[in-house]
Amino acid sequence: MDLIRESLLKKSKASKKDQFGRVITFSALLLIVLVVVSIFWFVASKGLATFFSNKVNLWDFLSGKNWAPGQTDASGTPLTGALPMITGSFLVTLMAALIATPFAIGTAVFMTEISPKRGAKILGPVTELLVGIPSVVYGFIGLSVIVPTLRYLFGGSGFGILAGAMVLFVMILPTVTSMTVDTLKSVPRHYRESALALGATRWQTIYKVILRSATPGILTAVVFGMARAFGEALAVQMVIGNASLMPKDLTSPASTLTSILTQGIGNTVMGSLENNVLWSLALILLLMSLVFNIIIRAIAKKGAI
Amino acid sequence: MLNPKQSDKLASVMLYTIAGFVILVLAALVGYILVQGVPHLSWHFLTSPSSAFTAGGGIGVQLFNSFYLLIMTMIISFPIALGAGIYLHEYANQKNQFIRLTRTAIEILSSLPSVVVGLFGFLLFVVQFKLGFSILSGAIALTFFNLPLLTRSVEDSLRSIPNLQREAGAALGLSRWETVGHIILPAAVPSIVTGVVLSAGRVFGEAAALIYTAGQSAPALDFGDWNPFNTASPLNIMRPAETLAVHIWKVNSEGIMPDAAAVSAGASAVLIIAVLLFNFLARFLSSVLYKHLTATK
Amino acid sequence: MTANLQGSLNLTGSQPDRHIYQMDKDKHEIALSTTDLQVAYGNNVALQNADLSFERFKITSLIGASGSGKSTFLRSLNRMNDDVATVGGQIMYRGLDINSHDIDVYEMRKHIGMVFQRPNPFAKSISDNITFALKQHGMHDKKKLAEIVETSLKQAALWDEVKDDLKKSALSLSGGQQQRLVIARAIAMKPDILLLDEPASALDPISSSKIEDTLMELKKHYTIIIVTHNMQQASRISDYTAFFHAGEVIEYDLTRKIFTRPKVQLTIDYVNGNFG
Repeated sequence: MDLIRESLLKKSKASKKDQFGRVITFSALLLIVLVVVSIFWFVASKGLATFFSNKVNLWDFLSGKNWAPGQTDASGTPLTGALPMITGSFLVTLMAALIATPFAIGTAVFMTEISPKRGAKILGPVTELLVGIPSVVYGFIGLSVIVPTLRYLFGGSGFGILAGAMVLFVMILPTVTSMTVDTLKSVPRHYRESALALGATRWQTIYKVILRSATPGILTAVVFGMARAFGEALAVQMVIGNASLMPKDLTSPASTLTSILTQGIGNTVMGSLENNVLWSLALILLLMSLVFNIIIRAIAKKGAI
Repeated sequence: MLNPKQSDKLASVMLYTIAGFVILVLAALVGYILVQGVPHLSWHFLTSPSSAFTAGGGIGVQLFNSFYLLIMTMIISFPIALGAGIYLHEYANQKNQFIRLTRTAIEILSSLPSVVVGLFGFLLFVVQFKLGFSILSGAIALTFFNLPLLTRSVEDSLRSIPNLQREAGAALGLSRWETVGHIILPAAVPSIVTGVVLSAGRVFGEAAALIYTAGQSAPALDFGDWNPFNTASPLNIMRPAETLAVHIWKVNSEGIMPDAAAVSAGASAVLIIAVLLFNFLARFLSSVLYKHLTATK
Repeated sequence: MTANLQGSLNLTGSQPDRHIYQMDKDKHEIALSTTDLQVAYGNNVALQNADLSFERFKITSLIGASGSGKSTFLRSLNRMNDDVATVGGQIMYRGLDINSHDIDVYEMRKHIGMVFQRPNPFAKSISDNITFALKQHGMHDKKKLAEIVETSLKQAALWDEVKDDLKKSALSLSGGQQQRLVIARAIAMKPDILLLDEPASALDPISSSKIEDTLMELKKHYTIIIVTHNMQQASRISDYTAFFHAGEVIEYDLTRKIFTRPKVQLTIDYVNGNFG
């Protein structure tokens, strides 16, 4: 009797093991949080140094069109205008998303509504597989197929915004498609059945009922694709031409934030202005990925209501 | 104006066209790489070192580096992801503000451009901690890149195990830790393994996070020397190690060897085949392990 | 809820609105008792004012409609609700309030075991299912473990069916066998008290009657508290019965009294099948 009473009041071996497990697993979680915090801390402190230590004007940085951080203009201020890269990044991302969206929706509708059997058997696994293809492979394709084709069609070198957008289009297409498929699949069966029962044609059902109720999910897929496109470095860097000039047309060499970043960071000295402005570009990338994250959350919140 | 029936017909035709076009593009993509790359594959190509200026270089060292880096990454990231996944699903109070914040942080980490993750690794490990361009720096950068996905897949795997099993353990006076370790995790092994292999495919093909961490050079290795402390040893974790994916990028953006196109086609084909294999392996392992788990001996 | 309840009681006039059997400590040995037990899921109170005593080596049935609070009550007794609900009040066991923070929950659950509605054997062999927790608790004597496997399977009336393939996966057993294995697993811990949450509701009638026979056998050594939907089952096997309604215990008495001469109108209605 008393032994049991005593054991109930003492800390058991199981309790100690549980405490141990809790501490170990929590430390793992904490480590991940620490990584995220330090990424932000380091990139922000480096990226902001441009403005605080090197006294570059934020507005000049965001709106300046001349990028040559090693050189100064007539008045002695360094040429740190990042507008060409910012424009390049947004252009390739928006174009890629604009082209990819209709194709992704069309293919997803085909897979879920028109021909589910073939969708499940062939297209499904193929898109899943393509999602996993490394981006350098897309870059290689861009370099060996898209760039020569554009050169043939439009003249010039073939490198440029259009080539970058095409590569990103092919790259995000599988991701956006497979996310759209998941959304369409989650539209309740009875939506379709009741629409068809009311005499709607298949197309009316798809257009007015299914796509309408799947809109938040499709938007999420597109924004997700844009986030990937915006942050993609090497595939774009391989085909865009890497000229830090304001893009005049779509088929002349241009640059993006990521392409200048990957090229420059190895060729500049840590702590110098040339290096710090590159970190400022990285900071823009970081902030943009936050923005995409917030947009996705906002869509989810609105969709839930 | 079209009547409903006609527009239905038109829409169907359009959808078939779009789907057909997408299939065509995707098939052409894979087809192109395989057609261009596979003929270039040979034992020599897969095993010999690369050459910078002359034709006939292989990808042996890069291939080895890719696998070695993958293994190192998994060794570092799996325990962390496992622990974090267990805490999030088995211990955490889901309504706790800190836990919600943590989930947001993990989500943000997963959406960061890999080039930013790589640059952070460069700044902190290569430069500050003076690890240099090395397998270790690369594996740490890839760990950051890999953690969110792996953690989520561990958590999803745990979620798929019915609560009844946890209650069974609890009712027998077992601690949560014992129940998770001996009952829940073994039952979740098939789906955890699937998650690990799928993430391995992603890690294997990653390049942007590596160019400034594991480096862009592949010094020749002495495959007879397996002492990890020797500089030429393949096992040395402090040596720079260009991987296959980085090699493709490097060859295409700066390569001056005459057979650059062929080398990158061959390397791309190897990458795609590896991703394919990881995919099949994931499916195969999960079904085999699942059968083993429910086997009636 | 309470107001509604009282309203309906006023209509019936003369009957009491509640009747709780008071156990005389000199005549009955009390294994477990609750005082003012209250369980809330967030702001939603699922159970309140539960004061019940359970006699040692007897079977007590908890009956009532779905959502009446009977399962909530049962799960609170060995603190399986700790993570999801706030439990107030006292649960007295061996002179200790086991609902207090000082109590080691894991240790307590060794003495107050539980069997759930759906059979939940581990994906291990039959014998490992029984020995796993014992080994974790530090018992490694192979002979002793084998002995426990045999006696607990015998007590759970499963021995004859499985004695030749104890190494077989527990998942290969039928539902009824799995549930008896789970009971064997629980009694292998040699608990004082066994809590069962509708243990037979997911089973066919034959398996269900086997479980009932098992319980009748087990009450020689264990105090049993069982939640059941099946009133015939409650009247067949239990010594005491408590009737739950809308989060409160309405009537608690000897089983034969509950089923022949209930005192509260709500109990009369429920027992006669007027609602449920």
